[in-house]
Amino acid sequence: MIITRPRDWARIRANLDEIGAKKVFIMGCGECATMSHTGGQPEVLQAKVALEQQGREVTGWSVGDVACHSGGQRLEVRKHHGEIESADAVLVLACGAGVQTMADAVDKPVFPGLESVFLGNVVRHGQFEERCQMCGDCVLDRTAGICPVTTCPKGLLNGPCGGMWMGKCEVLTDRECVHVRIRRRLAEQGRAKTAAPLPPKDYSKKLKPGQLDLRDRALGHEKADTGTGSDS
Amino acid sequence: MSRLRSALEAGEFVVTGEIAPPLGTDLSAMRRAIEILGPVSTALNVTDNQGATLHLSSLAASRVVVDMGFEPIFQQTCRDRNRLALQSDLLAAATLDLKNVLVVTGDDPRGGDHPQAKGVFDLDSTQLLEVVSGMNDGHDMTGRPLKGGCDFFAGAAMFPEAEPWDIQIGRALEKAQAGARFFQTQAIFDFDKLARATQAMHDAGSYVIAGVLLLRSPKVIDFINAKLAGLMIPDDIASRIRDADDPTEAAIQLAIEQVRAARGIADGVHVMPLGLDDAVPRILREAGVVA
Repeated sequence: MIITRPRDWARIRANLDEIGAKKVFIMGCGECATMSHTGGQPEVLQAKVALEQQGREVTGWSVGDVACHSGGQRLEVRKHHGEIESADAVLVLACGAGVQTMADAVDKPVFPGLESVFLGNVVRHGQFEERCQMCGDCVLDRTAGICPVTTCPKGLLNGPCGGMWMGKCEVLTDRECVHVRIRRRLAEQGRAKTAAPLPPKDYSKKLKPGQLDLRDRALGHEKADTGTGSDS
Repeated sequence: MSRLRSALEAGEFVVTGEIAPPLGTDLSAMRRAIEILGPVSTALNVTDNQGATLHLSSLAASRVVVDMGFEPIFQQTCRDRNRLALQSDLLAAATLDLKNVLVVTGDDPRGGDHPQAKGVFDLDSTQLLEVVSGMNDGHDMTGRPLKGGCDFFAGAAMFPEAEPWDIQIGRALEKAQAGARFFQTQAIFDFDKLARATQAMHDAGSYVIAGVLLLRSPKVIDFINAKLAGLMIPDDIASRIRDADDPTEAAIQLAIEQVRAARGIADGVHVMPLGLDDAVPRILREAGVVA
């Protein structure tokens, strides 16, 4: 899921002050931001109080199913049409994808209320870790199921780097070096002998902006999967 | 051909020094360091934004070393440039008559003076060594032929005292396979471990230049232990400097002993003076390395 954290209120306040917004509608997200405890109903209500303490009126609020779903968001906007129409601005407590979906669905100025930080594994309730960066060129087959692109602070495909000391990471010194873990696990699985250095990554597999249309795939236009047109 | 390469291939015990380019355009202090270290060194490493802190580029500073009649080891980190810029700078280095290149990963930007910077790491050091090897064979990393090739003597870094050793040596062997002909080591304090590393790298056909660090004061020791990635000064060495009436002299004596010890084991020494450049000629003379 997409992990978010609260945005600095001073920045939100400055955004709203800049356009002289007195009335604000708040949109949350029933999916990731609810799980992250950043954009569910409790956080939306906290934001309402904060805005009111700034002397603003909150015309209404909503927590739809998924903030990044265009159809769902348009439906949510229709349900709250009057409240949004009477607002000067919309504050979205969702990831950047949700903010943009909302910005496309309404004519009002839309502002982010959260910072989007990573694609997170749920370690346990309320505890998340970044394990995948969605690079489009997976190396987990060669790295014993441990992603160096994401979990090595330098993102090195081949390591350890010169800073590894007693098996520990140079940058995050309380953690085991990811490359030590990879090599250990490959050895335990009897795969160390065949492990060769990984070649440079193909960043054309992950050109921005990503795009995928399942109808293209059904028609055999697989290259649309990468959003790059250069799949090989 | 690289002088460093011909000296190593001739079995001479080589000396490499370290030159730090300035933060700014005033080259006078760097020139002074080159004047002191150049005459007693086979080649001089020119660091590349060392410690992830901003300095004049290694490329330009390496050329200053050439112009002053000495041989530089152009350092390239993977931190600040993508594969286009790295290859472009390698071509530039060849045209500037820089014959040696030391390829390293580079410290993480968050430990440097621009902690907001994006660390590039488009390639890692093994991959960049492959690129250098390819350029020596006359092509770029996509396989396109170069109009006018390169003949770099490529090196890499290794840390003979870092554990786990099996992973450390496996990694160094991969770098040798990728084209590292010489290895410059992190500071050595345990010479048995240097011997073990040298033997392994000789078997792989590469040379080992042992790192000697001038621990000129207790403050320097504290700095290294706290700040330098993956380096710890052993207590017995540290207390020898800390308890000395003249820590600088104690550091010089220690370095002389270390150069002598390395001489019987490795193919050369890489002296990191940490500001004590003036002492380096004396250390090398008293260790019997230079006349």
